[in-house]
Order: sequence, then C-alpha cells, then structure tokens
Amino acid sequence: MIEGFTALYIFMLAGFTGYEIISRVPVILHTPLMSGSNFVHGIVLVGAMVAMGHAVTGVEKFVGFIGVMLAAGNAVGGYVVTERMLEMFKSSKGAAK
Amino acid sequence: MNLLIQLSYFAAAVLFIVGLKRMSSPVTARGGIIWAGAGMVVATLITLFWPDMHNYGWMLLALVIGGGLAWYTGKKVAMTDMPQMIAIYNGMGGGAAAAIAAVELLRGDFHATSFQVLAVIGALIGSVAFSGSMVAFAKLQGLMKRSLVFPNQQLINLAIFGGALLLGLVLMGADQPAGFAIFLFFLLALVFGVLMTLPIGGADMPVVISLYNALTGLAVAFEGFVLGNAAMIIAGTVVGSAGTLLTQLMAKAMNRSLTNVLFSGFGSGAGAAAEAGPEGSMKEVDATDAAVMMAYAEKVIIVPGYGMAVAQAQHKIWEFAQLLESRGVSVKFAIHPVAGRMPGHMNVLLAEAGVPYDKIYDLEEINNEFSQADVALVIGANDVVNPVARSNPESPIYGMPILDADRAKNVIVVKRGKGKGFSGVENALFFLDNTRMLYGDGQEVAGKLIAEAKQL
Repeated sequence: MIEGFTALYIFMLAGFTGYEIISRVPVILHTPLMSGSNFVHGIVLVGAMVAMGHAVTGVEKFVGFIGVMLAAGNAVGGYVVTERMLEMFKSSKGAAK
Repeated sequence: MNLLIQLSYFAAAVLFIVGLKRMSSPVTARGGIIWAGAGMVVATLITLFWPDMHNYGWMLLALVIGGGLAWYTGKKVAMTDMPQMIAIYNGMGGGAAAAIAAVELLRGDFHATSFQVLAVIGALIGSVAFSGSMVAFAKLQGLMKRSLVFPNQQLINLAIFGGALLLGLVLMGADQPAGFAIFLFFLLALVFGVLMTLPIGGADMPVVISLYNALTGLAVAFEGFVLGNAAMIIAGTVVGSAGTLLTQLMAKAMNRSLTNVLFSGFGSGAGAAAEAGPEGSMKEVDATDAAVMMAYAEKVIIVPGYGMAVAQAQHKIWEFAQLLESRGVSVKFAIHPVAGRMPGHMNVLLAEAGVPYDKIYDLEEINNEFSQADVALVIGANDVVNPVARSNPESPIYGMPILDADRAKNVIVVKRGKGKGFSGVENALFFLDNTRMLYGDGQEVAGKLIAEAKQL
C-alpha cells in the first residue's frame, strides 16, 4: 500500500514529469501526443481488472464488467489511432527511425 | 508473485514516461508509442496473476469485446475523424475510472477514510469526463448540430454539480454507503458532464477534449491511490499534468481562455452582430491562369485548411506541389496552430498524403516569408487567414494569431462557395485586390491544376 506522504510525493513528482515532457513539444505533434497520453491513461485497465476480480455481488460484477470493457477500449483504441498517426511522420531526408 | 507484479508495474511506469518523452519529437515519435504499448502489455498480463482474483471468464470476455471493438474502429476511422475518436476512447477511460470507484464504493471496504474521499473525487471527475467526451464525440461527428443554450443554464449546471458534490460528501462519510445514494451520485455527475459540454461550440471542442483527457488522467490517478496501484498513480498523474499544459497551449493557439471556452457559447450573440461587411468585391480566376501563375513563380506558400481534408485533396495538392518543385519553384506548407480540428491535426493529414514534415512550417516560422512569396495558395482555410483578426477589434476573432497570407504578392483562394468560415465571420482576405477566387471542390480543382501544370 502506498500511503500518506509517499503518495503525495509520487503525485508531485509525476506531475512535474508530465509538465516537463510536454513543455517543449512542436505544434505538429500536439494531436498525436494528446492521443498518446490518452493511450497512457488506458492503464486504468489494470485497476478495472483488479476491481472486477474482487467483485462479489451481481451489481459489482456487472459494473466491473463495464469498467473492464471501457478500459480495454481506451487502451486498445488509444494505441491503434496513435500508432496510425505516428506511422505517417516521415522526413524528406530518408525515413525516420 | 507479489514482487513480480510490483516490478512489472514499475517497468510499465518507466516505459510510459520514456514513451511519452519520445513521442515529443517527430524523429523518435514512432518508437515512443511502441515503448508505451509494451508497458501496457506487461502491466495487463501480470495483472491476471494478481492474488485472490475471481470472475476470470467474464473479465476475458469484457477484454475481448472492449478491445476488439476499439481495435476495429481504430483501424477503420478516417484521419479526418481522428479528434472525435480520441474523444470517445478518452471517455471510455474516464468511465472505467468511475466504474472502479463504483465497485469499491459498493464493496465499502476502504482501508482509510482518505481512500474513500479520493475514490469519490475520482468518480466525479471520471463520470464528467465520460459523458462530456461522448457529447464531444457526437458534436464533432455531426450527430448533434447545434449548441444547446437555454435560460439560466449556468445556474442549473451549478445546481446539478452542487447536488453531485453534496451526495459525494455523504458517500465520503458513510461507513457502508447506500446503493441508492451511489446510483444517484453517478447519475448527477454524468448529467453534469453532458450539460457542461452541450453549450460549447464545435470550434472549441478540441480544447474541451484535451481538458477531458487531462481529467481522465487525474481520475485514473485517484483510483490508483484507492487501489494502491503505483502504475496507475504515475501514468494518471503524468497524463493529468501533461494534458493540462496541452489544453492551455491549445487554448492559447486559438486565442481563447479556458474559462471563455467553458462558460460562453461561441458566436452566440455578442460580437457577431457588430460586424460590418468588408468593402470591394471577390474576383474569380480559372484553373489555367492559377496554374500558370504558380508554375512561373519563384516561391509558393500553400495554406491548407480543414476544407482541403474534407475534400480529400491533400494527395493531389502534394502531387501539384511536387510538380511545381520539379520546375524549380520553392514550395512550403504553412500550418496554422488550429488548422484542421485540433492543433497538429493538419500535420497528420499532410503526413498521410506523404508530405515530409520538414516542408511544413509553423505560424511563427513562416509568417515573415509571406511578403516574399509570389503566390499564397489558400485551400480550404478561412478564419485562420482572415486579416480582420489583425485589424478589426469589433470582430469576434480579433486578436487570434493568423497566417499573413494577405501579404503575399498574389493570393489564390480555393473554395467551394461564397460561404463564411467556421466562426461565421466574413473574410476580408477574399475581397482584397491581390486575391483571386478559384471556386470548386478542392480535389477537382487540384486535379485541374495538376493537368494544367503538366501541359506547361
């Protein structure tokens, strides 16, 4: 379990990390990057799976099912569209690595 | 096993951050998403081995249904429809965070009150992001044409939000929250997301989608605290802060403040009426003359807009540009920060047509060059080249940074008809002495230009 101030420190550091990553991004990458960050919060899938795995009553299972389904959509869909967009970025000086 | 799970989550968090970092440069962007993708696969697979889990059958079914549908739609969607697809996938993430909170609240088995508080806040944010994103999708997809504005709208929204907040407080305090209260809480939060998004105009939607993206990130982080899941906390927080910054950048590019976007229906009343029609008349040109003008020019700057993408003309335009280049004409593409439906959207569309990214220039990079250009070819763009934004303080788009296409020696505007732009403002550029209008569907016109240029 991550509790109290440890949690707060993680929150603070991760917050700055996100800010730093984005702060020097060229405009041409805004849409792919928004899509990419959209994919990254697809990690909610992990939580949805755990929540569903511990569901007991019918209602809990049902809500958990919806959660896993939505989360899987977020992760998979986010990946597919980001990958498709980034695939197209090429330089005229040979293919990008 | 527990150690292995923690190690995998740690690896996933590292991969996400490295992946996002790589995605912030065009050279490494492609690899970035693959790194992040690997992180996701590792984290998901290891979670199947989480101790004391049940319901595997249904879980796998949910994974297959959700993942399969998203895979199919994601592969199929046209590049022009990307913004609304991002909105829908983002909404799903918010919904999932809300669902986690719902399950945890129903179970009522919290280690500490602080977790219960975070679960409720995450649920509220996630629900709003979910229903709001769905409305954003419907609007961009054209399923919902008008912005809904009714009297006392903001008061009603505030009341509903207040109601959700109050119920949330009750849920935070309760030992074993009642099912009915939980249901009502989620209902109010969802309704608030819908009502909050309804009055926002289509042009502002990208900013809103970006905001909901950040909100989903936060919701995920909060639920991560509840579940004690470090990967969710880190990934969610990184997205939350990155998304907030991205939202600000987008709003700035459109010269709109975030409060302005959220709390005023764009073009609904104020400003739109105060505008006087520009003087002069529009002058037409045919494709032959336009092609000759550009083929014998030294420098041509192409200003593409969303209209070009809708007409699917980007491939033809690039072919035409290559023809010009083979004749020794210098060709550059000038992209306004909000060309397309989202910052960077137009770059994606041009990239799809095979235009190398080093031929594409930002507003700041190219604005000084217009005065040396022989021809500015404006295709499917409107508001972003309207000089009124520089000159007329009465105009609703006054102050928005624009591409100075009007400073080129000649301007050729390819346009379907005489209509106004997305903002509903008349474009003074079309009436200038050095502007010629080339009417027609973008793709057809581009085809004609290619044919004419080949004959020269």
